[in-house]
Amino acid sequence: MSLLKRVLPHPWLSLSMLIGWQLLMNQVSAGSLIMGAILACLIPWMTNVFWPNPPRACRVDRLFLFVCRVLIDIVVANLQVAKLILGPRRELRPAFVLFPLTLEHEFSISVLASTISLTPGTVSADISADRKTLLIHGLDVGDEQALIEHIRRRYEQPLKEVFECSKR
Amino acid sequence: MSESSWVEWVIAALLLIGSLFALIGSIGLVKLPDFFMRLHGPTKATTLGVGALVVGSMLYFSQKSGEPSLHELLITLFLFLTAPVSAHMLAKAAMHEKLRREPRTRGEPWDQ
Repeated sequence: MSLLKRVLPHPWLSLSMLIGWQLLMNQVSAGSLIMGAILACLIPWMTNVFWPNPPRACRVDRLFLFVCRVLIDIVVANLQVAKLILGPRRELRPAFVLFPLTLEHEFSISVLASTISLTPGTVSADISADRKTLLIHGLDVGDEQALIEHIRRRYEQPLKEVFECSKR
Repeated sequence: MSESSWVEWVIAALLLIGSLFALIGSIGLVKLPDFFMRLHGPTKATTLGVGALVVGSMLYFSQKSGEPSLHELLITLFLFLTAPVSAHMLAKAAMHEKLRREPRTRGEPWDQ
């Protein structure tokens, strides 16, 4: 266990690097597999100091669902923003919204912030020093409370299930 | 219609859709009134634009070489990783500089 932990401190990161290298080479061959395996061992090991508190995904199946949902939402968000841009600009209702976070882990907070930036008409602008509030800028916000509820239900809750289901 | 020609139609459609969304994103940059609203153009409308172009490229090279070409997926992946981060840094810098905001913007950014 401890030896495995020392060789592969972040197994998921290693796996995604191995797959990423095959994609970069655009083919699967013995050479690219060996090179990929070397990189997948070396890079996580070298960058280990930057991950003092690595995330633990306990529900990987939920993560997959979450990614699919976000991909669909990105397409929808793009269509919405395109409509807003082409529509009359007087009707836009820009607003800064404060989103009270219930997530606690840095990694899940940054995933949530990125998701907010990629999806419906919102960009996450800043996080408070105590990491409890996220400042969001919306392009066209009708109702702040509804936006906060939407983000909480659709993105924060699933992320919580994936990354913070148990405190170990 | 032969088999290769309908693939070409699909590729052409994807390229057109992609360019259209990239164009809309750029129109947003010109048209929207303040910096914070302009941030929305490049983070969103452009994502789908690049996405459609990338799928078109995957189809074209897969069909041309006869084996799947997937390394374009990495472009999308890196775009999804970097677009929110750059938007976040731009927004932070804008708030620090206290750039002019559209007067009807509700809510306040906080002081840096």
